[in-house]
Amino acid sequence: MDIFTAILLLFLLAAVAPFINASFPRISGWILSLPPIGIFLWLLSLVQGVSQGEIHAFAIEWLPALGINLMFRLDGLSLLFALLVTGIGGLIMIYAGYYMRSYQKTNRFFGYLVFFMASMLGLVAANDWISLFMFWELTSLSSFLLIGFKHEKEAARKAALQALLITGLGGLALLAGLILMSLPYQSFAFDAVFSNPDLFTQSPLFIPATVLLLIGAFTKSAIFPFHFWLPGAMQAPSPVSAYLHSATMVKAGIYLIARLHPVMEDQAFWTYSLSLFGAFTMFVGAWFAVSQQDIKKILAYTTVSALGTLVLLIGTSTAYSVTAALVFLLVHAFYKATLFMMAGNIEKKTSTRDIRLLGGLSHFMPIAALISMLALLSMSGIPPMLGFIGKELMYEAKLNAPKAGNFILLMGFLANAFTVFVSARIAFDVFYGKCKWPGQLPKEPALSLSTGPAVLVIISLLFGVFPNSAAVLLEPALKSILPAQTLIHLKLWHGFNEILLLSALTVLLGAVLFAFRTKVIAMVGLLNGKYFNLKLSERFFLGIDLFIRLTKKKTTFIQHGYHRFYLMTILITASVLLFLSIFKLSFPLAEQLELNSWTIILLAAAVLIMVGAIATVVAQSRLVALVSTGISGIGITVIFVLFSGVDCAITMIMVETLTIVIGAMVVYHLPKYLSFSNKFARWRDMSIALLFGVVMGTLAFLSANKKPMEKVSDYYLENSLSKGYGENVVNVILVDFRALDTLGEIIVLGLAAIGIVALLTLNKTKSKN
Amino acid sequence: MNLIIAVLIGLLYATGAYLLLRRSIVKLVLGILFLSYATNLLLFFTGGLSLMSPAFDDGSYPDLSQLSDPLPQALILTAIVIGFGLAAFSMVLIYRFFKETGTVDLDELSDNKK
Repeated sequence: MDIFTAILLLFLLAAVAPFINASFPRISGWILSLPPIGIFLWLLSLVQGVSQGEIHAFAIEWLPALGINLMFRLDGLSLLFALLVTGIGGLIMIYAGYYMRSYQKTNRFFGYLVFFMASMLGLVAANDWISLFMFWELTSLSSFLLIGFKHEKEAARKAALQALLITGLGGLALLAGLILMSLPYQSFAFDAVFSNPDLFTQSPLFIPATVLLLIGAFTKSAIFPFHFWLPGAMQAPSPVSAYLHSATMVKAGIYLIARLHPVMEDQAFWTYSLSLFGAFTMFVGAWFAVSQQDIKKILAYTTVSALGTLVLLIGTSTAYSVTAALVFLLVHAFYKATLFMMAGNIEKKTSTRDIRLLGGLSHFMPIAALISMLALLSMSGIPPMLGFIGKELMYEAKLNAPKAGNFILLMGFLANAFTVFVSARIAFDVFYGKCKWPGQLPKEPALSLSTGPAVLVIISLLFGVFPNSAAVLLEPALKSILPAQTLIHLKLWHGFNEILLLSALTVLLGAVLFAFRTKVIAMVGLLNGKYFNLKLSERFFLGIDLFIRLTKKKTTFIQHGYHRFYLMTILITASVLLFLSIFKLSFPLAEQLELNSWTIILLAAAVLIMVGAIATVVAQSRLVALVSTGISGIGITVIFVLFSGVDCAITMIMVETLTIVIGAMVVYHLPKYLSFSNKFARWRDMSIALLFGVVMGTLAFLSANKKPMEKVSDYYLENSLSKGYGENVVNVILVDFRALDTLGEIIVLGLAAIGIVALLTLNKTKSKN
Repeated sequence: MNLIIAVLIGLLYATGAYLLLRRSIVKLVLGILFLSYATNLLLFFTGGLSLMSPAFDDGSYPDLSQLSDPLPQALILTAIVIGFGLAAFSMVLIYRFFKETGTVDLDELSDNKK
């Protein structure tokens, strides 16, 4: 087994998942969880080796001519993410198998979900930028399909479109950034950049490339100001929110930043941008979570906050902060996936997610309440959960931050207190207090719905009590981000110090806020309405509408539907471009015209052609016009004869005759020849036509006697008799050397004949409008 | 001689373009015919003009390169025949077009008109 096989296997599974679900609807979740869990176990078996510095690489040629290959690798960082993707993915499958039963058309849902899993695994295991980008886009695509799964709802369609456009535009920025970054190396492999980062960081493209890369990462990971698509994405069914929009896909931006960090860790622009946007998002997300009433929206905003925290911690770039980031990555994935699944369970059992309508659920679902409580403890950073260790490390990192430490510490402190506040709200207002829910009393969720959350919470608890068991996983990941540093020793108890004091103060502030929750929520709501009413999502859609209107205007302007104006555009453009390319050429002097018999014949032909052309234009009768066209054709036939084009002349004269005959038959049925255009239009068209004619005539004159086809022609001349056994070289070309072309020509004629028969004989449409 | 042919080519192109720009569908088709005349002549012209020396090789010719260039002629032959298919089809199309719509004015077809 290698990583490429694993990814392929998951893509295959995505293709068959709908059929599995259709055939075994009751146990499809359990069946579909087996492959990811199998891959998870296989990945787990690699942990020991990877922690000793092994890197599992795999490459196959894809577009070797462009230096693009499908390359994969498993180092510490990739392995950590891959374990999260497959492990949580397996649990989500079990959960979704039961959860989605109340939905329609779930077969495709499982296809999308496994497809996402495969793409995400590919993303974190890629070893070159193009592969990474491809899988990155595939995750955006599957996210779109999953958010819009309830496509009958307009809100779901809008949210899906918004997420797709934002992550899709970010994806384009990412592609541009990756190409700019890879330009100096002439290679898209990770190793090219990693082995010589200076070549990129010293190049003039560094700043633009970094901005583009950051836009890519920030859109994907819902970092301010692109954060607003994530709360919208809560339209997706809960398994999707738990999997894509908390534990995995939104971490893709974090993964990218972590991946790029060793290249740019010394660049102030990089670390400052990360710290600034990270800190701000951390605060903004937590702030907006405070006044939400929908459990999933609360969780979504705290996810935004958590993603900001991760960006900030990586940007701080110390051994402490990156250790904290890695621990927090695990912590957050565990508790957030749990809580999203629980939110789904609550919605399933009570058919609401509004925190104001819920209460006292612990009486009805004690196990679910216990699981949620433990997850919320982890979210608030209270021992003995892993979340506590995560928060301790974060405070440690922020205290020791090399730049703007106090500001970051203050932001972090407030964000954490808000998180404690919303955790307490969910804990007490949903599971305790009075049962405000009026309908049928809720029951404990089914086993399949509780398995995933329970497993995640137990892992979180175990890691909390035995934190160093996570070290074997995190140490190699840290080495991938900060090659020169080592992991900070993880322990639950740090002793009495300022960090513990900060932790205690955080919880205290959260508790105080909770005690006055009605007032706090009202105040925050008021402030949000008055001062922070960003309405980014609405503005985004206004922008889209504006764009569509502009496009429509532009389209009706350019695509007006009048063939003449299209033709005018084409003729004028062609004339001007041709003129620009030929006017610099030197003109050969016209040769002296000797008046011999040949010249007289040529002049006679010229007169025929001219008379025919002019008569066609000025003719008042369609028959005259048709015959005049034929006269021009005869003139051309004469020229063909004169200059040795015997076969052309014979064909031309036959074709001309036939055309005129058919034309005469047709025009007989047509109405009187009318003149539609006014004088202005005629003069305008005539000038355009003359311009075109002059340019084409000049072009013809300049190209006279240039024989680009000489070599080819010589071959035909020399071999026509010996190989084709024919004296007429033109004929031999047509029926022998290029016989297949002639066959094609015959087919075209045959098709035209069939078309003519069809036009003449098929029934006419009854209704005339 | 070159100049005369070049002028003729220009004239044929101009006539074709002018007819294409008319609103009448009959003129449009005649315009297409003129454009194909012009293009055939242009192609013929680029092969070089050689008086009365068609590309016939009975084995007695000492210098084959004195013969006229056969390749453009072969191409033109194909073009003439295809052009005939096009002309015949479009003429019948006009006929059917008029039978169905009752007009020969192309602008009547446009959605933007009304």
